[in-house]
Amino acid sequence: MNQDGADTSRRRFLTAATTVVGGVGAAFLAVPFISYWRPSAKAMAAGAPVEVDISQLEPGQLINVSWRGNPVWVFRRTEETVENLERLADQLRDPDSEQTQQPEYARNLHRSIKPDVMVLVGLCTHLGCSPLFRPDSRPQGMEREWFGGFFCPCHGSFFDLAGRVYTGVPAPLNLEVPPHYFIDDDTVLIGEEEGAA
Amino acid sequence: MSETKSGGLMGWIDDRFPATKMWNEHVGQYYAPKNFNFWYYFGSLALLVLVIQILSGIWLTMNYKPSGAEAFESVEYIMRDVQWGWLIRYIHTTGASAFFVVVYLHMFRALLYGSYQKPRELLWIFGCLIYVALMAEAFMGYMLPWGQMSYWGAQVIINLFGAIPVIGPDLAQWVRGDFVISEITLNRFFALHVVGVPLAIIFLVVAHILALHEVGSNNPDGIDIKKNKDENGHPKDGITFHPYYSVKDLVGVAVFLIFFSIVLFFMPDFFGLFIEPPNFEPANPQVTPDHIAPVWYFAPYYAILRAIPDSFGGVVAMGAAIAILFVLPWLDRGKVRSIRYRGLSFKIALMIFAAGFVLLGYLGTQPATELNTLWSRVGTVIYFGYFIFLFVYTAFGMEKTKPVPERVTMK
Repeated sequence: MNQDGADTSRRRFLTAATTVVGGVGAAFLAVPFISYWRPSAKAMAAGAPVEVDISQLEPGQLINVSWRGNPVWVFRRTEETVENLERLADQLRDPDSEQTQQPEYARNLHRSIKPDVMVLVGLCTHLGCSPLFRPDSRPQGMEREWFGGFFCPCHGSFFDLAGRVYTGVPAPLNLEVPPHYFIDDDTVLIGEEEGAA
Repeated sequence: MSETKSGGLMGWIDDRFPATKMWNEHVGQYYAPKNFNFWYYFGSLALLVLVIQILSGIWLTMNYKPSGAEAFESVEYIMRDVQWGWLIRYIHTTGASAFFVVVYLHMFRALLYGSYQKPRELLWIFGCLIYVALMAEAFMGYMLPWGQMSYWGAQVIINLFGAIPVIGPDLAQWVRGDFVISEITLNRFFALHVVGVPLAIIFLVVAHILALHEVGSNNPDGIDIKKNKDENGHPKDGITFHPYYSVKDLVGVAVFLIFFSIVLFFMPDFFGLFIEPPNFEPANPQVTPDHIAPVWYFAPYYAILRAIPDSFGGVVAMGAAIAILFVLPWLDRGKVRSIRYRGLSFKIALMIFAAGFVLLGYLGTQPATELNTLWSRVGTVIYFGYFIFLFVYTAFGMEKTKPVPERVTMK
């Protein structure tokens, strides 16, 4: 092709300008294509955090709420049972919560933000059955030290009242503590950390 | 090569579309070295399996329903009620494993004869990309029957993204499209499995073959046949792909299909390796299977993942194990391609590497006991050690090679 008299600097400018405009357009177009993959409004609603009113929760009582399709337990321990947590260490697989089955703020002796209010995902870490709440009575077949806790009827795993698993049972890990925080003294929000958007 | 225009129908077409030209360039007049051996079957076999998978896959799509409530049932429907549905489905599941069998052997051939070395670096990289795309394809396909292992395998793999610091949890959620693996995840995996990734694989396979035909095939002697040409400009040691290799490959196809059929008809789950037993139960988010193991072709990388005590470190090691393949052409500074003329240490190292890979593959399917973890670490060191050794061995001139012949040998 005859290039005589072509203004190459102008041509370069037009090429560059077209590339930039096209590139910006493509970048904007990428937003809907990428956002399309994020949880839909329906999925967000189904997985939204759950607010639980604990003003009526008596010591020793447990309420069962549903969060993201899983049972979540909120219960209030008596002072006595909180004290008993210390006495079990040698019976437990992970007494100091070294496995990441809880958020950092619940990695303490009682595995909770407040010593008395316990929040747990109610699924056995063995095969996902839902264990039974045995606050006082000793479950059948339990011959170890027992200050109340949970018993999984499927394969016989035992947990204490902080969801910590006993040694020598099928479940490998402590029960999971979901992310949660206290909006005020009487309300706990399950499914979100404090300060999260 | 006849450049004269022929008449008739072909002439009419050739005036409008380069049919004869393309045929000659890639088949009829493509000169391949005459000394190809057993290891050279697996490229064409991989192409055959790709065709099998696309064909059987399209047929399965006709009756499969990608919904959480119906996916498992629709697969059972294909197995029990659809005419010959069981055959089409087992062709597809057997084909998935067969794909990896031939691809692993195809890749090992490249290691044996230095087929990744200059000037075949891009050819090798296209091959690595096909391998990665194939793993994505297989992973997403394994999820579709929505059985227990589909669900929990996906759970484990997607949670790997979650182990990445800072962006991990959001990335995992973006991949799932939900807080847990759900029908939403199943639907997008279905879209990618039947359309997205297959298109990418077909494109990459075309690029792989074009790159091959541009530089010419390597051979078991690892020498360049284009250096010795006859008066017509054809390599003296070359023979045209058709009819010589098309016929040779047909023998490979026949033998391959015999083995394929034995698995297909007599052991379609291949002792729980091709279809794992928990996948005969519908997915249940509330119940974790006793032992979650990846399908055999992912097992070596899964073993590397578990060999590292830190979960993010494991993800990095697993990614590095695949990424290191891409730079292999630049790690191997050897001037000699074929194992036949390379130093003894190379031969020993490659055999140890192959054994280490098989060991990792075995360990990846086993429960993570203390002893298994220890062996996984040994295997991981062998895997990465091979690449480090190869670089040190060749970059510092430690390799004592044998003289390479001028012309190909027929042994």
